[in-house]
This record gives sequence, structure tokens and C-alpha cells, in this order.
Amino acid sequence: MTYSIFSVVTNAFAGQKLWRPAWRDATPKPAYDVVIVGGGGHGLATAYYLAKVHGIRNVAVVEKGWIGSGNAGRNTTIIRSNYLLPGNIPFYEWSMKLWEGLEQELNYNAMVSQRSVLNLYHSDAQRDAYARRGNAMRLHGVDAELIDREQVRSMLPFLDFDNARFPIKGGLLQKRGGTARHDAVVWGYARAADRLGVDIVQNCEVTGFLRDGDRITGVETTQGPIRAAKVGISVAGSSSRVAALAGLRLPIESHVLQAFVSEGIKPLIPGVVTFGAGHFYISQSDKGGLVFGGDIDGYNSYAQRGNLAVVEDVCEGGMALMPAIGRMRILRSWGGIVDMSMDGSPIIDRSPLDGLYLNAGWCYGGFKATPAAGWCFAHTIARDEPHEFSAAYRLDRFVTGHLIDEKGVGAQPNLH
Amino acid sequence: MSGELANPAGVLARRGVEQRSGKGTAAVRRLATGGLVDRTRPLEFEFDGRRYTGLAGDTLASALLANDVRLVGRSFKYHRPRGIFSAGCDEPNALVELRTGARTEPNTRATTVELYDRLTASSQNRWPSLDFDVLSVNRFAAPLLGAGFYYKTFMWPASFWEKVYEPLIRRAAGLGRASGQSDPDAYEKSHAFCDLLVIGAGPAGLMAALTAARAGARVILADEGFRMGGSLLSDNPVIGDRPGSDWAAQAIAELKSFPDVTLMARTTVFGVYDGGTYGAVERVADHLPSPPPFLPRQRLWHIVAKRTVLAAGATERPIVFGGNDRPGVMLAGAVRTYANRYAVAAGADVAVFANNDSAWRAARDLVRAGVAVRTMIDVRDTVDPALLAPLKDAGVRILLGSRVVGTSGKRLHGIEVLTGGHRSSIAADTLAVSGGWSPNVNLTCHLGNRPAWNEDIAAFVPDKLPPGMAVAGAANGRFGLADCFAGGASAAVAALEELGIAATAPALLRAEDEPYRIGAFWHVAESRGPAFVDQQNDVTVKDIGIAHREGFRAVEHLKRYTTLGMATDQGKTSNMIGLAIMAELTGKGIPQTGTTIFRAPYTPVTIGAFAGHHRGKEFRPTRLTPTQGWAERQGAVFIETGAWLRAQYYPKPGESDWQETVNREVRTVRSGVGFCDVSTLGKIDIQGPDAGILLDRVYINTWSTLGVGKARYGVMLREDGMVMDDGTTSRLGPCHFIMTTTTANAAKVYQHLEFCLQVLWPELDVQLASVSEQWAQLSVAGPKARETLARIVDPGFDLSNEAFPFMSAAGLTVIGGVQARLFRISFSGELAYEIAVPAGQGERLAEALMTAGAEFGITPYGTEALGVMRIEKGHAAGSELNGLTTAQDLGLGRMMSKKKDFIGRMMSQRPGLTDPKRPALVGLRPVDRSARLRAGAHFIPVGADAIAANDQGHMTSTAYSPSLGHSIGLGLLSCGPSRIGERVRAVDPVRGADTEVEICNPVFIDPQGDKLRV
Amino acid sequence: MRIPCPYCGSRDVQEFSYLGDANLRRPDHEAPEAAFHDYVYLRDNPAGPHRELWYHGSGCRNWLVVTRNTVTHDIAGARFAKEPT
Repeated sequence: MTYSIFSVVTNAFAGQKLWRPAWRDATPKPAYDVVIVGGGGHGLATAYYLAKVHGIRNVAVVEKGWIGSGNAGRNTTIIRSNYLLPGNIPFYEWSMKLWEGLEQELNYNAMVSQRSVLNLYHSDAQRDAYARRGNAMRLHGVDAELIDREQVRSMLPFLDFDNARFPIKGGLLQKRGGTARHDAVVWGYARAADRLGVDIVQNCEVTGFLRDGDRITGVETTQGPIRAAKVGISVAGSSSRVAALAGLRLPIESHVLQAFVSEGIKPLIPGVVTFGAGHFYISQSDKGGLVFGGDIDGYNSYAQRGNLAVVEDVCEGGMALMPAIGRMRILRSWGGIVDMSMDGSPIIDRSPLDGLYLNAGWCYGGFKATPAAGWCFAHTIARDEPHEFSAAYRLDRFVTGHLIDEKGVGAQPNLH
Repeated sequence: MSGELANPAGVLARRGVEQRSGKGTAAVRRLATGGLVDRTRPLEFEFDGRRYTGLAGDTLASALLANDVRLVGRSFKYHRPRGIFSAGCDEPNALVELRTGARTEPNTRATTVELYDRLTASSQNRWPSLDFDVLSVNRFAAPLLGAGFYYKTFMWPASFWEKVYEPLIRRAAGLGRASGQSDPDAYEKSHAFCDLLVIGAGPAGLMAALTAARAGARVILADEGFRMGGSLLSDNPVIGDRPGSDWAAQAIAELKSFPDVTLMARTTVFGVYDGGTYGAVERVADHLPSPPPFLPRQRLWHIVAKRTVLAAGATERPIVFGGNDRPGVMLAGAVRTYANRYAVAAGADVAVFANNDSAWRAARDLVRAGVAVRTMIDVRDTVDPALLAPLKDAGVRILLGSRVVGTSGKRLHGIEVLTGGHRSSIAADTLAVSGGWSPNVNLTCHLGNRPAWNEDIAAFVPDKLPPGMAVAGAANGRFGLADCFAGGASAAVAALEELGIAATAPALLRAEDEPYRIGAFWHVAESRGPAFVDQQNDVTVKDIGIAHREGFRAVEHLKRYTTLGMATDQGKTSNMIGLAIMAELTGKGIPQTGTTIFRAPYTPVTIGAFAGHHRGKEFRPTRLTPTQGWAERQGAVFIETGAWLRAQYYPKPGESDWQETVNREVRTVRSGVGFCDVSTLGKIDIQGPDAGILLDRVYINTWSTLGVGKARYGVMLREDGMVMDDGTTSRLGPCHFIMTTTTANAAKVYQHLEFCLQVLWPELDVQLASVSEQWAQLSVAGPKARETLARIVDPGFDLSNEAFPFMSAAGLTVIGGVQARLFRISFSGELAYEIAVPAGQGERLAEALMTAGAEFGITPYGTEALGVMRIEKGHAAGSELNGLTTAQDLGLGRMMSKKKDFIGRMMSQRPGLTDPKRPALVGLRPVDRSARLRAGAHFIPVGADAIAANDQGHMTSTAYSPSLGHSIGLGLLSCGPSRIGERVRAVDPVRGADTEVEICNPVFIDPQGDKLRV
Repeated sequence: MRIPCPYCGSRDVQEFSYLGDANLRRPDHEAPEAAFHDYVYLRDNPAGPHRELWYHGSGCRNWLVVTRNTVTHDIAGARFAKEPT
């Protein structure tokens, strides 16, 4: 059923009885053209674009739990393309463009809300660094504005302008940035992919690879072997574990990133705001909850939970920036396992094994990349060559030294 | 115990403000006797502008009920009228905005607010009033607003989402309002350590704490309530011959007598973390109108416990039926609590609807307390005769094998009951509902464990536990009082035994044994009207059906699609039922359907508590230089640079702006002499026979050959080949070096050196000490620097260029015997020294320099002039040492020794790092000398489009050079060093600038370095 | 999380900073570039026991090898990195 106000009204009169599953809960066939490992936003988007753009519809997405159970359902829902380096900007801008048409493309309201992303600066050096970034964006045709303290004050009068340890001097504003409803992105891609014939197989964990010499020919799963001409791995924090099943070591560490949501309140924070002198970023969801986060815990983890030190660090940043939220209460916290790469940037590439493709290393920034990662990964799988927008995300860049290190901290994942 | 309604006519219930009479008039539903409230201490409070009176010991909810206020809030989605539902932190409905102004606390549960005098609260999510809420029209649209409706519509036209639909949704959603003002209260953080942490001070917790205390253990007993006792206060059992509350009071008194026992009331242990760390929040002053002086509002505790007994009790869940959200429908245990503990009759005509024995005891208590119970409805066909008797005796109508299918009245007026196919209407103003009890397993699951399903009590119980935790009492699914006592004692004994502390369980108490039987029953299929599973988020049974139909059957999909359990009550009373309904629909069992994951916090915790005092100026510590006080007295202007506060410039009277001051400071240094506090640079003392070898390995250039008394500039790389840091290091003795690092990287470099010594090369015999804070280090620069210094150096030290040439280092004494180190190094490009004295002598040194240099017009200078002069000299600093540059990029490639290994050597040879097209350091000056350069501009060839494909690098640092009389810049430009003399554009679209610049040598002043060596 | 520093005793994780896998060995300077690439960039990143380097920067300034389970965060022990295994 196509979603529309008509379908909603029809169901209202039919006692909501006409709805059908948003996607089929498929059981795997013996073989596919492509198997995507990982039913998160990236994996489902990849399957959707394989079917939609490349006409490859004999595709299965295998997911060890329920779709969207990984980082797709554990992030702070921010979308933006305010990157610094030339390897990144075109990719994230393409993602932004796909976000802008996503609802109509998928016939699913993912609540893409371009309510702006503001990165604050607190020193002259930081202002100049943001100017450099904003200029890089503008040269790529991306919207960016450098605003001053008074402009920030008019947008966010409740920030601490008068007593801050690190005074707010202005910010880099991307008005087209914003948020999207994370779960809806997963469900929208799942439903749209399903309608193009993609099989979505839940509760199906990959336990090994089928191989013919150095060629991957399928996957072993908890629901039996599935043969495939091509296998794409899109499993975020589990990248190293799944790659290890194929004998690969990756330039990736898995770390835990915590995030938080407060009780719902009436609208307070209009867009996304990022503190420049601590680890804190925040937005407010349509339901009214303040959604915020900060730094990763900083140690290897697969536990999907973190420790108090980071909770405190994040809230300290929050109170330093906006002491008006002191009496708001944290309602829920959660942790996602993020695939921190060694230069802080992702990998979309063929693997050293024929028939095996990698989409990994998204660090804490994979959500906003969902549409473009799906688009480019599908292209790489379908055409056996990188897409122009993800050409920099090669696995061998660590060998050649063509790193994409936005923060300039080098090969230490917990600093990215 | 018996009681009567103190004021049945209710004439005093609704006194308007104008009628305020002051003295503690009795409230209409307050029982004449009983309860744990202090009838001698009436408290005035205000709700929605009306004044009422409660008693000390009340919660806001009990006080509202005592005054017969039944409508207290509106629901999230349909804005349906809601009343008080529970008596604890599980409350979904009775959320209020507590206090006013900057202290406004939205979404505060009336059921957990301890009443205080002059408390002010108001209802929320309604307009214009609680009684008449315009958005309650949403309920007529309810058929359109089923689960997930917003994912299916609001998509056309695309631009309408942000402009029209979303703002409407956002305004309608949310609950309370934030004040938008800074939180005026203070918060603290504390740490505590104990042998045994007991969470929950009900019967099991008190017994565990007593057992441990008597054994001499260090005990912390924490309870979220303001009065310890838990169910002993609300269920009013008889222990021995006394009321349970008496026993609790005695146990608490005994616990207080132990020096190693800490009792923490009003303290919620909200989270379990690794290593036996528990997060807790103590509400120090939330029960007062405002925090007293010197006390925080709340205090965050890190409790590190060797062992823990979780005795957090259980939460009652309702049965879901049509119209179950009407004000007056309450949890049976809550109605019991209001009667027993607060001496409040929740209503004048109570019916009970249940599937388990505890509700019968609630009804019995109500009868005993004098609350009018008229009807008892149980879905079971038979119940224990012992339960029947007291109700029958009281004339209560008993309907077994029956269920409530509907309700009526804006505030509950009547219920419709289905018995054996027959529907009947029964009058009731209060319906006490119980669907059984769910152990509070939350904390057992915070480290990732899942609870186990227990069919006998139709509930999840703790399974695998966090290390060091035991569970006792109702939290463990043992609801009988005797079980609670025994469980608490034995858990404590076992925990202490593991710690080597011998403890014995106290003699068993004589307590009423109350078996608990339940007939699992979740919702009434025959319901009339919407049946709410999650009352706050308005999730109905029908919504769960939609989720099922659309394939959102995994528990997490169900939760996310319908928003079940995502409200401020975290689904405490709803998750289990939603799960059971989904299990019914799928035909899978409840354990196969699974649970959502329990995560911290157990109940919502304020952001302020987590932040503690880290806000405003105290967000992070401020490091001050040794000359801070002196600089303040000079009238310096300061600036935050990382953790440091540094003098930015030293204005003199008559100077119109900072630029004028900085120009003067630079000119004075370049023509006379000036000095600057550079103590913020990292200083690392390196000693040992292998110190030279260590430096050879961490720096790209060679160090072991450096002579004693000499200084050298060094660059170190990360192992990936990028520049990590630079600085000057001096050899003070054959086995003794002093390294300086940049200010920003001081800690990082120290840690790196320790890594090299302890992890990479433990065989090296070298010791490190960070001495950054031990020395005040001042840079004295300018043609008159030597003459100035000569006046403070103690006699006997030869400062002449021959005796102490450029790049010399020595120990000496100054200003009459003060130990010092002198380095002839220069950042400014002038004849310059850095002189270090013990930090405490910094101000004295500054004063001495001012006197010594007075004749030459000496000036102190700040970070601005320092920055100008370093740009004039083309030195790389923070914006060039940005972690993305190689030594080659910075023009330092020739320093890389080819004769030795050093960190970063191998990786720096990769093609991506040696590409000749990489942007490299150059100087830039505007073709139009009056133009101003700005860092952050990008370089685009003259005549080319300003697009990314033509981007050739960026401007890293800029300054106005008073020496040259125009703006200058440093930049990283592709193939830059081979393009000296060319022109490019510095394009700065975010600031609307596009400036033609000339590429030049990055050293603008004295490129040969003659001035350094005079 | 608390780390049992062999010098200072059990201390909160906030006192430490983390580096990563302690099994990595810096290659000899004559080793091929590929060996350095593996050392600098490739990680086992196991789910389970992990030997890892922590620096007690707010304490004794020792580098420690901590054996910690990355799934449960349970710490089996810690020793000084400079001492031979």
C-alpha cells in the first residue's frame, strides 16, 4: 500500500485493519546475486540502490538481530555535510542531497528536518579553522555561513554568553543540516527495498564465508549457507569481527559511543548546536526530548554501554554551554559500537578478496552518510569500481599515505 | 485501625486564592487517623493557581488527593485528561511543572515530590487550562493518529515538513516547558566507598543493612524515598506486635548508631557501571523551597562498592481495559499506600479490579482504614478464602471471573463489568487496579544481562547479575514479608563472607506470611473504548495491533514504532503489558518475545547533577602563569588559550585599541627590548646515560652529539609520519637535557616520551619529570636584551656573545642568588634569551626586568605580539602544526636524519606524504598592501573559478606586521616553495573576501638570522 | 570502570588514558614498510579478552598492560608495561 493521507483515512475507517507488513520477514533463498551483511541503514540503503539504480534485485540483506538494531537506531540523528577535506565534502553533500528527496523517493516520512547545524567557536584560531572549513564547503557548492556572537545570541539567547570559561565568539552555520528520524530511515529503506524484491532476513547471523580460493562465494549463517556472487559487509562496530571470518585485519577499532535523551519539553532548541570547547552536541526531537551526546568512551568495546566519566563530561559541556538545561532530566542513555578507523574516515571499497566488498570505518558519523553510503557502496558492488564521491575511501590509503584525517590526530582511533 | 472522612462535605476543598485562610484546615479526603503524616505541621501549597493545604510527610500527589484534586495532567498525544495513577516513580500521568521562574522543573512526578511549605506547581501540556484543553480535539482524530501515522503522511509538498507540519507537531508534543533561564542552583559530586551497598530501604534492604552493620562492615544504605521503610510504610504489616513502620524506624535508629554505616535517603541509585561503580543522585534540597546557603540542590555520587544487595522492590502493573486512563483509575497498591502511609482516601467509592492476591490485601487495608470499598472484581474464578473473608465481612460486593470492560465520567464515575457474558454498570469514583507485580530488575541488567521469565509470578526476575551484586526481596520476585527479611539477611551474610567478614543473620522476625498468587492477565479483549497500555504516550492495545500487522514485532521495533515505554516513566507500568500483548498476537511465549534492554538511568536524572560544579568559569580549571598577578597589576588584557589564561596585550593609557598596543609592543621589542611570559611551554627534565639516544629516536634530527651547554631546535613526528610537536631542547649536562614542547602539546609529548621509555625501549636508562609548573620562564627579546639581562644576572656570569652565543644554555643565579636557567634562543627573531627561575620567583623576575630595562623602554608583551613576531619570522605554530603536515610541508624536511631510525621515519616516506604537490609553507602578502589577510582563506589561481577543483591550499596564520606596515600571512600552498613571486587569490567566501596575494619567503624579517647572533 | 594499577591500587578510569592494543610490537628499523603499516594501522580488535595499554597520567605515570574483556569490560589484571612478561 502506498502511504498517503488517503491510506491513513481509509485505514481509520477500516479500523486500521488494511495495513500490511512494511517489509516481508523473508527466509533466505539458497543463492543471490548479492548478499549484504548487516541490516542497518547502510546495508538496507545499499540493497535499495542496488535494486533501484543498478537493477540488481536478487539481493538479500542478512541481519543478526532486528533491522536497525545497531547504530542506525542508536545515534543522535544528525545530518550535515560540513566537512573540511576534499575527500569528504562531495560524498557528504551527495548524502545531503539524497536526504533532501528521501521521503518522496521512499514514500516514507523519515522526518528529514533541515533546521540547521551550528558549530560554535570560542577563539580566534577556532574561528579561522571554521572559516577554512566553511570556505572549503563553499568552494564545493555547499552552504556555509560564518556567524558572529550576536548572531548566535539571536538564535540561541539561552546560551551562557556572560560567564563562560570559553567565551562564545560565533559559529559556523550550515542551514541545510539538521536531523532525521533514525528508525524511520531504516524502515523506509527496508520497505522500499522490499518492494523492489530485496529479501530482508532478520535473526540471521553470519558465522563464516563460503570461499573458492581467494574468492568469496557466499556466507555461512545461522539460517544455513547462502551463496552469492558478491558479498558486501556493512556492519559498523562488528566490521573487524566479520572481516576476521574472512581472514582480514582492518584498520579499525570498535569503541562505544554513548548518547542521551531528556524528558520531552516544549520547543527550546531550534536546530543542532555543537559546543566548540568541550564534547557536547544537542538537538531537540519532534517529541520534545533533548537529544545529545559527546565523545566516545575511548577504549575498545563491544558492550553497547559506557561509563559515568563520559556521561559527566557530556553534561558538563552541556551546562557550560547552556545552563538552562540543568533542571532537565536525562531519560534514557544508550551506547553504540562505532567502527573507529585509523584516520577517522570511512572505507567503501573492494576487499583484498574477490567478491567481498567493505563498507566500514564510519566512526561516530555513519548516520548522516546513510543514503550516500548506500548509493556508493551499491555502485562499488555493481560496477566493481569506486563511485566518484567515495573514491577517496580506499582501503589502501593507509599504505599509500593518502589519509583523510579531519581532526589531524593520526592513527589513534579514540582521538578521532 | 479505623478512620472516617474528616470533612465529607468537601466545602474546604476548593478554596480560591482570595479565600486563603492560612491555618491548616483539614482536607476533605484526609482520614481522621493513621498515616505517617504530621498532623501538627500543615503545609500550604498551590496547584494551578489554587491554594491547598497538605501535611508534612505528604507527597504532592497525596496532598492533591487529600484535597480531592483528581484531574492533574494531560496526555502526550491526545491531550486526554489524566489523574494520579501511582504513588511512586512509575507515575505516567501526574506530571507537573514544579516551582516557577528559573527553578521551573517540567515533567515532575507529583507522586515523588515531597511536599514543602509554599510549594507551587502547575499542570502542563494543556491550553488554555487543564479543564478545557483545546488540543483535546486530537482524540476525535485518534482513528487517524494510530501508531506510525506520521511516517505515512506529511510528505507533500516536501518543503512543508519544516515549515508547517513539524512546527505544529513540535508545539503539540513535548510536555512541560523549560524556563529558558540559567539554573540558579548548585550541584556537587562526591565519591564514596563501602563493603556493602544496599539499594532500597524496605524490609529486605533494612535487614541486609542491619546484618552487615552488626558485623562491622562499611555499609551504605540508599533509598529513593524521603522516608526509609519502603513497603513497611505503605503496606502497613504487623511485625511482632507492632506496625511495620515502627520496626523500620527502630531499624533505622540502630543503623544510625554504627559509625561505618551511611544512610542516604532521597538518593536514587540510578545506574550500574563497571568495576562495582554505582551512580546515585542525592536530592539534597529538593524538599525545600530553595537550597539553603552552601548546600547543593542535588549531589551526584560515585559509590564504589565491593558488594551490593539490590533490594529495590517491585512495581505494580495495571490491567489494561477500555477507558482505563480516566482520572480515578489507579494502581491498587497506590490506593493502599495513600490510605496507609498518607491517611488519604483516594476516593469515596472505591472498586478494585485485579488478577492477584495483593490487591485483596489492598482492599482489606482500605476497609480497615475506613475507605469505602464497595466492589471487588477479580478475573480469577476462585481465590483463597482467607482473602474473601475480611471483604465479605465489610459488605464488599465480590465479582469473581469478571473483568472491567469500560468506564464513564470525565473523572471516573462508573465502570462497566463483564461477568460470565453479562455486562453491568457499577458506580465508582475510584478504581484500584492490579495486574500483578514486576520485580525492579533494572539495575541487574545495566551491564547487559537479561532477566528471566518466571511463570509463577508472571514476571521477569533477575537472572545473571553484575559482578558483586545479590538481589533480595521483592526485587528478586519474593513478595512475602518473611521472605524479604530472610532474603536480605542471607544476601548480606553471603556477600560479607566473600569479603572475609563474618556475619550472622538476625533471628527471624514474626511477620504476617502473605502468599502471592496471580492469574496472568494483561488486557481485557472485550473492552469498550480505547484501552491504554502506555498512558503517557497514549499507546493503545489497538496500536500494538497495528505494529503487529505491519511487521514491527520485535520488542524494540514495537517500542520504537508505537513509542511504547518511551515516555518519562520509561514504561515502568506499561512495557510488560505491551510485550505480553505482542506475545499474544504472535503466538510466541513472553520469554521468546523477549524484553527491551534496561539502561541507566533507573529514573530520570537531572543534567545539572551530572555536571556538578563544572559550569560557567568552573567548567574547566584555569591555569595561570607565574606572572599572572603581576600582569594584572600592569593592566594586562587576558585571553583563554587552551587550559591557560595568558596576558594577550598590555595596553597603556591613551592607546585606542588592541592593535595600537600590539604594534607598540612589537616595535619596542624589535627596536629595544621586551619580555613575555612563556612558562606555558611544556618543560620536561630528561636525565640518564641514554637520554641522548632517546632524543635521537623521538626527534627527526640528531641529538646525541649536542654539546653540554648547547640548545637545539627539534621536530618530532608521530609514528604515522606527521609532525607531532616542535621545540628547543638543551643539554645541561652529559646525562641531563631539558626539553621544551609547545603549550598545547605539553601533556601529550610527556606521555609519548614515557611511552617510548616504558613500552618501546624499556632498556634505555632514562628518567623523565615534567617540570612545566616548576619554572617561570620569561622570554627577553630585542637588541637591548643582553644589556637588560646584564643588570639582573649575578656577577661572574659572562653574557658576551663570545662566551654565551646563540643556542647556548646554562645554569646561573640572578637578582641576588635566585637559581635560574638561561637559554639563548629566539622565537621573535631578535637577540633573545629565555630565562627560567623557580615559579614562585616569576613575579620578582618580571619586576626586576622592568627595572633593568627601564632605561631601554622595556615593555612586557602578550600573546598577540608574540604571535605577530612569530609570523614575521615564519615559525610554524598551532595552525601549521595541525596534525596534517609533514616536516617537508613545513620546510623542515632537511632536518630529517638519514643516518638513524626515529619515530615516524618509515611512514613519512609513503607517496601520499612525499607528493611534491602537497601544500607547503610559504609567506603571503597582499598585492594591495592596504588589504587585510585572514586565516582560513583558500588559495585559488588568479583568473580561475573559485571552485574546489582549483583549490590549492589555505592561509594558516595572518597578522598585521608593524615592522612592514602591512598584513602578512603564512599558508600551505600546493608546490608553494617553488612558486615564490607568483600571485594567487586568497578567497574567503564566508567573509566575503577575495584578495590577490603574492607568494613569498615565509621569513619576512631578517631572513638571514643576523639579528639573532649579534 | 576501575583499573587496578599495580602501583596505586584500584583507581577510577578517569585517571588513565588509553592507547590501544598492547600486543603490537614496533618493527625493527630495517623491517619493510609493510611491517610498519601493519604496526601503525592494523588491529585485531577482538570481541573478548584484550591486552591493552593504559597510561596512569593522573597517578604514578606508569604505562600499564591491562587485560580487559571488550564485551563485558571485566578486567582480569594489570601489570607495568616496562616489566618483561
